[in-house]
This record gives sequence, C-alpha cells and structure tokens, in this order.
Amino acid sequence: MRKSSLSVLPVVLWLGVFLVVPMLIVVGMSFMGRDQAGGVVFDINLTSYARFFDSLYLGIYWDTIVLSVLTTVICLVLSYPLAYYIANSGPKRQTWGLILVTIPFWINFLIRTYAWVLLLRTQGVVNNLLIDIGLIQEPLQMLYTRGAVLLGMVYTFIPFMVLPIYVALEQMDKKLLEAASDLGASSWRAFWHITLPQTKSGIMTGSVLVYVSTTGMFVVTDILGGAKSAMISNVIQAQFSGARDWPFGSALSIIFVITSLIMIALFNRAMTSRHLRVKEGR
Amino acid sequence: MKTKTHPLLGVHSLLMMVFIYMPIAFIIAYSFNSSRLAADWSGFTLDWYVLLFQNRRVIEALSNSLIVAVVSTVVSTILGTMAALSMRKLKRKLRAGMGGLLYLPIIIPDIIMGLSLLVLFTQFNIPMGKLTIILAHITFNLSYVYVVVSTRLAGMGKQLEEAANDLGAGAWQTFRYVTLPQIMPGIVAGALIAFTLSLDDFMISFFVSGPSSTTLPIYIYGQVKRGISPEINALCTILIVVSVTLVLLAQYILNRGKGQKKQSILPF
Repeated sequence: MRKSSLSVLPVVLWLGVFLVVPMLIVVGMSFMGRDQAGGVVFDINLTSYARFFDSLYLGIYWDTIVLSVLTTVICLVLSYPLAYYIANSGPKRQTWGLILVTIPFWINFLIRTYAWVLLLRTQGVVNNLLIDIGLIQEPLQMLYTRGAVLLGMVYTFIPFMVLPIYVALEQMDKKLLEAASDLGASSWRAFWHITLPQTKSGIMTGSVLVYVSTTGMFVVTDILGGAKSAMISNVIQAQFSGARDWPFGSALSIIFVITSLIMIALFNRAMTSRHLRVKEGR
Repeated sequence: MKTKTHPLLGVHSLLMMVFIYMPIAFIIAYSFNSSRLAADWSGFTLDWYVLLFQNRRVIEALSNSLIVAVVSTVVSTILGTMAALSMRKLKRKLRAGMGGLLYLPIIIPDIIMGLSLLVLFTQFNIPMGKLTIILAHITFNLSYVYVVVSTRLAGMGKQLEEAANDLGAGAWQTFRYVTLPQIMPGIVAGALIAFTLSLDDFMISFFVSGPSSTTLPIYIYGQVKRGISPEINALCTILIVVSVTLVLLAQYILNRGKGQKKQSILPF
C-alpha cells in the first residue's frame, strides 16, 4: 500500500467499529441466554432460535413474507409502466418526471405514512367523500386493517422501484429496438424479448430494495395496522424496547437477514432462467 | 430519445403522480385549515404554525435534530470524501472489498443497523443520547457522501491531475488547486444529502436515542401514534419543504456545470 492510500484507514476503522463489530455482537447475542430481569447471560444455546419455531412466530413471519412479496409485485406492476413512460418521453418531460418520482424518496416515510391516516380514518377524507357522493351511509373501517398496511407499504416504497427501473431503461441499448423493428418484430414482441430482459438489473435492484425494506419496516404496520397486523419487524422492535429479550430479537434479526438473502437468491434464479428461456426461444 | 408510447401509459403515469402526491398535498392543506377536528375545509389559518413554535418540546426536538444533523454532516462529509479520494489509489482487489464495505450501510436494513448499534452502545456503557445518534448518523451518512463524491471523481478523469503533476505541482498543490475544485460540487451535494438524511432519519435514531434526545422524527412518531393533530400537519409540512428544498439544491449544484455528465444523487 502506498503511503497516500493510508487515508482510507479512518473510514475502515469507523465502519469496523460502528458497523461490523455491532453486527458480530448481534450474531453472538443470538446464542446467549437471558435472566429473569431481562439481562443477557453468557450461556451459549439455541433457545432463541428454537423459540422462533413456535407457531405464533412462524405465522407472523409467513404473514410478513406474504406482505413483502405482495408489496414488491404491486410496486413492480405499478412502477414499470411509469418508469417506461418517463424514460421514453422527450428530454424536458423526462427531467421533470424524474424529479417528481425522486422527491417522495426524500420525504420522510413517517410523514408519508401519516398522510394515509388523514385519508383513511373514520372521519377522514376518503370516508367523507364517499358519504358525500352517497356511495355509503356509514363510514368504512379502512384504517387499522391489513389492506391499509399493504397500501402504506406500496406507497412508501414505490420510488425504490421506479428509479432503478428508470436507470436500466435509460441505459439500455436502444439500437436493438430499431433492429427488431427493422426485422419486422411487433412493438410488443420487441418489448418482451429486448426491453424486458435488458432491464432485468433494474427490476432486480428495485425488487430487492422493496422486499427487504418492507420486511424491515415496522412503522407502517405500527401506524396503519392494528395490533393484529404485527409483522416480524414489530416483534423484533418489541424485543429491543418493551419486552427486552435481546437474544430473541437478535436471533429474529439473523433469521430476517438470512431469509432475505435466500429470497434474493431465489428471485435472482427466477430472473436468470426466464432470461435463458427467452434466448432459447429464438 | 423519444419513442412512441401508448396513450394509456401517459394516463397511468398521471394517475401515479396523483397517487404519489395527493396524500402529501392533504397534509400541507390541512396544516392551514382553521378547524381542529373536521376533515372539511373551514378557512385559512397560520395558527398551527404559531402554536408549533410556542411548543417547548418541538423547539427542543428541533434543536436536537439540528445539532445531530450539523455534526454528523461535517464528520461524514470529511470521512466520505477521504474514502472516495483514497479508494482511487488502492489495488483493484482491495478496492472491490472496500467498495462492498462502504455500500453496506446503504444495503443493511435500517432496523438491523439501529438495533445492532443499540447493542454496541449498551455493551460499552455509552448512555443513549445525542452522541449515540450522531455516531449512528455518521455511519450511514458517510456511505452516501462516498457514493456522490466517488461518482464525481470517476467522471472527471485523471488528465488534469497528471497535467498538473507534469507541470511540477506537488501532491498537495495538485489536490488543492486541481482535484478539490473539481469535486467540490460533489462534496457540497453529498453534505446536503447527509444533512437531509440525518434530519429525516427515524428508524436508526429510534433505537439509539435517549429520553432527553428526542429528534423531530421521533417527536412526530410519538404524536402520530396518538392520532392526528393540526400542529403535526404543520410540522410535517415544514419538514417536507426543508427536505425537498435541500435535495433539489443538491441536485442543482451537482448538475450545474455545462457539459457535465448528468449525475444522480441516488445510490443506485
């Protein structure tokens, strides 16, 4: 290493101390015991992991996976056409479209979630509107339902999906589309065989971001869902605040990270095989 | 390049914009609504903003947020910029590893980062407070600064620096008069983004804050869990305006130069 490259050391040290070491401690803690008062006891065991296989927590985790997958799929279906439209607009509309989809990324998700409380509550905007136009007589219970949580998650993470897909669309080789059209391919066929496979990386990035963020997001469930719609992140958060069972919280965190990696790998494989099929089909 | 798009795509995109912005618009509108409870519009008022600034707890949260944001921005901007500069001099293998490490804070879910820092600080008996929030914020902010500055560095090439070197400029002179002015927009934009992220962070602060170190997002969370209130609408409106202004400013600074390749401020 040259002397000048020593300036990388402070950052390495910083990330070592505040990122790597804390995570290693969490891994270690997931194998620890716990005393009556909630203190952590040094006693290596698998109790915390065994507790996860309790039907209660398995059920919650299954619900979490379903919610995260649903959120990812809905975000993808809603975002792709939007990203496509922006990427294929004229320069001016493209700039504005990009700014408009970027802005929500920088507005606190807490605030954006709270906005839905204003809209969905019993005396909220949506209920009042529906009553005013005579569609319903009594206000609907929309807040504190699973639907509200799903809506909140989709709303929160849409920018995470639009932007990577936009970047992929923007960077793709557009000459291939011209070639396809010259060779007589319909625009739908060209989209299916060229645009979609070429924007795979964007779909991948967006989906991973949305999936992992949804699983880790306890605020949306907290604010828009009732007590019954608790997700795994709410359980984890509770272990570190109210319940004070750090080893169990740590074990759940490790399980969260590992299953996320598995989901990403599965998704990656699904995407590659689809791509291969497309290639072979020609 | 403009290609033909189906008109339905335009309609869908318009509806998406309505979906994205309508809830935010309602918060802003309600912050000026004179009725405390009703969902209907009952006249324009600035009362909620006045009440907000008379609320001692809001002022305290604001000052905590600003202290945390300023300190963490300064430190993370220095660390992130140093990382971006020194990465160029590393051997390829080492650079790949370092790049991975520097991206970690962006990739790791906030909840995991928050709780692991809580565990770390507790293990070392560091009491939760402004200091722990600052340390946590520096950790994720330095990655964002690194990304913006290193993209800028990659876009500028090495010719000018080599020319300065050939003309007899020393390492410091080259850095001070050639490299630094060129990456300055990246550094400023990175700092603005770090400031915004720090001001907005809830998830990580939630785990590492103490009773006397409530920041604005933590205060908002506490209020929101109790239900809606016009003061919170006003506070949210202020935070929205500040964040959006800072980020648009960062974007403007980054892409102001003519002939500069358009650079995104997002890490992907």
